Amino acid sequence: MPDKILASRYSGRRRNNAIATVLALGATALGLGWLVLILGALLWKGFSGLSVAVFTEMTPPPGSAGGLLNPIFGSLVLTTLAVLIGTPIGILAGTYMAEYGRYDRLSSVVRFINDILLSAPSIVVGLFIYEIMVAPMGHFSGWAGGVALAVLVIPVVVRTTEDMLTLVPNSLREAATSIGLPRSLTITRICYRAARAGMVTGVLLAVARISGETAPLLFTSLNNQFWSTNLNAPVASLPVVIFQFALSPYKDWQALAWTGALIITLAVLALSISARALIPSGRQS
Amino acid sequence: MQPARRQPVVDMALSGQGVVPAEALARTKALDRLRLGDIIFRQLTRAAAIGVLLLLSGVIVSLISGSLPALRTFGFGFLVSERWNPVTDNFGALPAIYGTIVTSLIAMLIAVPVGVMIAFFLTELCPQWLRRPIGIAIELLAGIPSIIYGIWGLFIFAPFLQATLQPFLINTLGNVPGIGALFAGPPYGIGILTSGLILAIMVLPFVTSITRDVFEAVPSVLKEAAYGLGCTRWEVVRNVVLPYARVGVIGAVMLSLGRALGETMAVTFVIGNAHRISASILAPGTTISATIANEFTEAVGDLYTSALISLGLILFVITFIVLAIARYMLMRIERRIG
Repeated sequence: MPDKILASRYSGRRRNNAIATVLALGATALGLGWLVLILGALLWKGFSGLSVAVFTEMTPPPGSAGGLLNPIFGSLVLTTLAVLIGTPIGILAGTYMAEYGRYDRLSSVVRFINDILLSAPSIVVGLFIYEIMVAPMGHFSGWAGGVALAVLVIPVVVRTTEDMLTLVPNSLREAATSIGLPRSLTITRICYRAARAGMVTGVLLAVARISGETAPLLFTSLNNQFWSTNLNAPVASLPVVIFQFALSPYKDWQALAWTGALIITLAVLALSISARALIPSGRQS
Repeated sequence: MQPARRQPVVDMALSGQGVVPAEALARTKALDRLRLGDIIFRQLTRAAAIGVLLLLSGVIVSLISGSLPALRTFGFGFLVSERWNPVTDNFGALPAIYGTIVTSLIAMLIAVPVGVMIAFFLTELCPQWLRRPIGIAIELLAGIPSIIYGIWGLFIFAPFLQATLQPFLINTLGNVPGIGALFAGPPYGIGILTSGLILAIMVLPFVTSITRDVFEAVPSVLKEAAYGLGCTRWEVVRNVVLPYARVGVIGAVMLSLGRALGETMAVTFVIGNAHRISASILAPGTTISATIANEFTEAVGDLYTSALISLGLILFVITFIVLAIARYMLMRIERRIG
């Protein structure tokens, strides 16, 4: 009799395990399935619109053919601007936290705040820049858009810089100090070099993050139907144009939005995959 | 090394013998320059670190100052009023707050179990060579920009739901007394439920990757001991791994919740932008971020703009609290794993 009870308990446990295994497999299939569904839809809808004209012509008025040249250019400019502003600040702050004040109070506070900035809603950043730049200047501008994106770049770069510098073995710093190298040179010539791959990864991840950002640009750089290189005026950007075109009732605008979406996604995926590819080589060196 | 050998060198340095004075001067100057560079570099990095702090305080201060006119006009009533009428300049935040919280809750209800099960699969069931590719594939979901989820949700996912899931819910659960009101009304396609589902897909990679990391950090001795007692894989995860990693999983959940609350573009496409609170989760609604994204550039008048900035302030305060709890939880588990 006890044998029977034991046997039935055992089969019950095995059944639970089987159920959990099937659920786990199902969950993984679901997760991978979404990725395939989304990428599949993007390729299916966006690939047909991909042509040379997309990269050589301006955004069209509704009902006529055109391309995405001005938003693509605008996105590149805004992203470059954001990286130029955000990267130095991020690297310096990360350097302080990893090299000078690894255990001091300032660093732990900054680390905490930085982690919150890392996941803070990007639309709030847009409001912030609107308040401090757009409202005082009186008009929307490319500069404001670049600074808004820079605010998103900084936390990513701070985080990766600190993490990567922390991984640099102390013996390297001690060796440098023992031959009389000042601290600043130890950091810039030895530690940066040892952590270079990881730090580049951080910048790539930051670029991947901001190149698809729409919310902070909506009311900073706004949008521009025409070719413009003036950063003091509204600048078109790919995400904002996708937003505008996708919600429009015009079929050809919607088609362009899909093509733009495909371009952004491919760019972002390429960036994040190359960022990942860099990490192992960084650990070896 | 030995004092006997070092002595002459020190003597030389002290007396200046063997060193040409000009050379000594140049060397001191060079040393001074290096020292100055050292100080400048140190202060530069320190300033940048403080800059990060100022950034956050700047966000808070600017949001507060921007929202003052609206808060002064409406007072506490802003939080509980359901009205949103730009024509009569009468604003209340309740529908947006309600939409934000309900969509995020739906997202968490789906993403957390699925994410934990994927982490279970990745750490206990999956063959070693498949772990990295599947992990990366799931993380790529996190890399896709939110506007892509938006356009996909609007043109593909919402029509699909309108044709399949929503009629099904209306015809089955919609008739159940009690919860029936949740699934009442026509299938719009877009709405609170659709936004929640899209958010679930978006935060799934965050739940999964952090949960996997904390699962992997569980000492294998514990797991091996449980396996040694004859536990099944599920029992090991249920009774050993999950209790040990509990704090970390809660941290992952809070972090994802923070993301879901603040998510803008994907939700803006599929929420429907209706400033009202409906009992049905199939009905269109709005969220804080969607309201700001949709109306800010068109806002006429200082009070309207200020009301939208107040919404931003509320959103920021909510996400700040959620993210701070998340960080605290994750810090605790990091300290324990050490």
